[in-house]
Amino acid sequence: MAAFDLIVIGGGPGGYVAAIRAAQLGLKVACAEKSSTLGGTCLNVGCIPSKALLHASALFAEAREGSLEKFGIRFREVTLDLAAMMAEKAKAVAELTRGIEFLFRKNGVVWLKGTAAFVDPHAIKVAGERHEARHLLIATGSEPAFPPGLAPDGEVVVTSTEALAFDRVPRRLLVVGGGYIGLELGSVWRRLGAEVVVVEVMPTILPAMDPDVVSECTRLFRRQGLKLHTSTKVAAIERVGEGARVALEPEGGGPAEVVDADRVLLAVGRRPYTQGLALERAGLAVDERGRLPVDGQFRTAVPHIRAIGDVTAGPMLAHRAMDEGHAAAEWIAGRTGHVDRAVIPAVVYTHPEIAAVGLSEPDARAAGHDVRVGRFPFAANSRAKANRDTDGFVKIVADAATDRVLGVHIVGAVAGTLIAEAAQAMALGASSEDIALTCHAHPTHAEALKEAAIAVRGPALHA
Amino acid sequence: MDVVVPALGESVAEATVGQWLKQPGDPVKADEPIVSLETDKVAVEVPAPADGVLVEQLAQPGETVAVGAVIARIEPGAAGRAPTLLDATPAPPPTAGAPPAAPPPAATAAPPAVAAPGGAPQPTPTPTAAAPPASTTLAWATPASAVDRSAEPPKSATQPAAHLHPAAARIVEQYGLDPDSIPGDRPITKAQVLAAIEAGVARRKEPPPAPIAAAPLLRPRMEERVRMSRLRQTIARRLKEAQNTAAMLTTFNDVDMSAVIRVREAHQESFMAKHGVRLGFMSFFVKAATLALRDVPQVNAAIEGDEIVFRTYADIGIAVSSPAGLVVPILKDADTLSFAECERRIADFGRRAREGRLTLEELQGGTFTISNGGVFGSLLSTPILNPPQSAVLGMHRIEERPVVRAGQVVVRPMMYLALTYDHRLIDGREAVTFLVRIKEAIEDPLRLLVDL
Repeated sequence: MAAFDLIVIGGGPGGYVAAIRAAQLGLKVACAEKSSTLGGTCLNVGCIPSKALLHASALFAEAREGSLEKFGIRFREVTLDLAAMMAEKAKAVAELTRGIEFLFRKNGVVWLKGTAAFVDPHAIKVAGERHEARHLLIATGSEPAFPPGLAPDGEVVVTSTEALAFDRVPRRLLVVGGGYIGLELGSVWRRLGAEVVVVEVMPTILPAMDPDVVSECTRLFRRQGLKLHTSTKVAAIERVGEGARVALEPEGGGPAEVVDADRVLLAVGRRPYTQGLALERAGLAVDERGRLPVDGQFRTAVPHIRAIGDVTAGPMLAHRAMDEGHAAAEWIAGRTGHVDRAVIPAVVYTHPEIAAVGLSEPDARAAGHDVRVGRFPFAANSRAKANRDTDGFVKIVADAATDRVLGVHIVGAVAGTLIAEAAQAMALGASSEDIALTCHAHPTHAEALKEAAIAVRGPALHA
Repeated sequence: MDVVVPALGESVAEATVGQWLKQPGDPVKADEPIVSLETDKVAVEVPAPADGVLVEQLAQPGETVAVGAVIARIEPGAAGRAPTLLDATPAPPPTAGAPPAAPPPAATAAPPAVAAPGGAPQPTPTPTAAAPPASTTLAWATPASAVDRSAEPPKSATQPAAHLHPAAARIVEQYGLDPDSIPGDRPITKAQVLAAIEAGVARRKEPPPAPIAAAPLLRPRMEERVRMSRLRQTIARRLKEAQNTAAMLTTFNDVDMSAVIRVREAHQESFMAKHGVRLGFMSFFVKAATLALRDVPQVNAAIEGDEIVFRTYADIGIAVSSPAGLVVPILKDADTLSFAECERRIADFGRRAREGRLTLEELQGGTFTISNGGVFGSLLSTPILNPPQSAVLGMHRIEERPVVRAGQVVVRPMMYLALTYDHRLIDGREAVTFLVRIKEAIEDPLRLLVDL
């Protein structure tokens, strides 16, 4: 008989949540994780360490660049101890990964330490030992992807993993990819003193974002000193001495440009990670993009094997994987899991933060909606004003006929926190008027959301 | 499509899985054998019910499966289509008709009704179409190559739909409800769905296949699972052991209770006064049984290996019901006990069984058992042996019945007696003799006095 009710393969945010939830529902659960710590990419080399560095680097930049002087805070000399900053980051990571270990112990989840490979549809091998389960959940996540012809060498040409742990601030960092990873890590090293060049093949950075957001951010990032090369392709990277020489080609043709950099960060995206899983022995295969096809209950072609998160189609976001892990555990335990796939917020943790949920204005129009848009700038928000940090705006896209909120897009200091209210409103099918008629505390950044909602149907009060 | 264990012939209720002839992922043709089954009578091969792909094996070789149980699942379709082809192509734009033959996993998972707010129906949600719009490329993983982006699902495929609140959507999905059957305002709230179910107006999304079930009103069907108590598990195991080991047979007789009833009526008060306990029926049967056991010693014996163990003593188990289940405390050396001592101990057993305070020692051993189903009103039953004992006496309810005495029909308080015995050790003649001896002693209790 199967030893476990459920074996989760992968201890990242999707996998560990599924394991804990399934255990809470009374199942006998194991979770296979090869890394020496739980938490996957997110906790170890993704969301968490990048946020730790973004926070720390912002403090340093504020102190050094004199932006605190207007508040009367003056420093005689501001110096950077990068090793200490990295150690503090490591502490945050360690505390969180140990927290998951604690939760595993508390809920009786068995951690199978090692790389899992299928033996047959009901069994995996971890560290040479065979384990069987009635249900399996593949939550192996993703790994960095590379543009054709470009590959990291781990020293000069690196992935996000190494860029979270440089032992010195690069003089010039060239970032290939103007998505979230490139902009967040580019921001970190820019604030710590590097010259940062971001190269994006598409005509804009963050190409999937609402165009108003993109143009505002482009302006703000340029003001922060990030050099943005859009519609530009990296033709070749050549190691030269301690650094690299990078050939850039305009997408539309034209003369190539050569940039020397002492570090190159490849951040063009991530791809599903199933290497070594021996999926064929479970009767499974990935699609042409390396993903595992699943149905609405996360079942693969072999129904007792489920898959969630980055290894399946959908946005590669930790919180999507967590919600899917929770829902998959519910299905496995015989309950009904639910994930509202239309309302998954996305946040870029630069400064200002960028956050979005639902449809952008062009996407809403393309989907056949007649839309009305409400905007409100933080420059007119009293709290932002008091904080002397007024960059950005809130934009609400609503259906003109029903007034239902179709999308919310925020650029602002606390956009990542504000987007939760927007997601909640959309999940409940709120109209923009519902948001406008909800009392918001004063003075808060959240008032900007209310004002933008008012602006959908008429003039905002404070603009 | 389920593959079930076929009927295997008369009186064959289960079979053992032999060998799987097809593995998950293997294409199968209709009538092609996919698994072999063994019974004690025949070995059979179970054929595939249709062309398709074997998706799941639900029993291991060596496992016992019941007739009618599902042992495999087949995804119907053209034979040879590997299950891994679960639609690996990017979702077509919604305007192009439904994607080709969505496989059952996708089809059975009801698409969350949230996604289609009264507009054009969505295409069958193939896995690849499940990705939400917009945020897709916002991932910590923005792909920079245009090729990557071209494969994203069309943005218009889903809308930020919300005519159901999330909790309402989950319940609707759980019960497969038709959101249109939920009365009230939109968006639909959790409270509305619960109220609609409560009021019986919530309808299932698809009409039930059988016309008999034409009233598609929802009634929540629930089950509760409770772990078997250790006592219950022990009872179950021992009863099954008895059935598997002994050659059990039951013989019956009836007994006229008039004499015993007369004795009780005449002496109850003085018995109570003297001994502090009621004079019941049980002591008569215990005393009658000890005399009968002495006369027919096989009934008091047990088989151990290839030997028969005869005893010079009689330890009689008295079956008593307790809140936790049936327990059988032992009246040790019952053949030496007086009526009063019998009654006192039995009353004490009953009280402590209810309180759960019987000791293990009191529950062990025993050479014979008396079980009184009459206290629950049983007319007639066949008790089951308490191994390694060889016999058990079943008492039943006392009922006034017409009987013939000296050519006259008269009414008498009658009780049926049943003796289940292990025929390996006890012959029919001995069993019947034993029961007749009890009948005689109960009908004429003076025999107990004079040791007959």
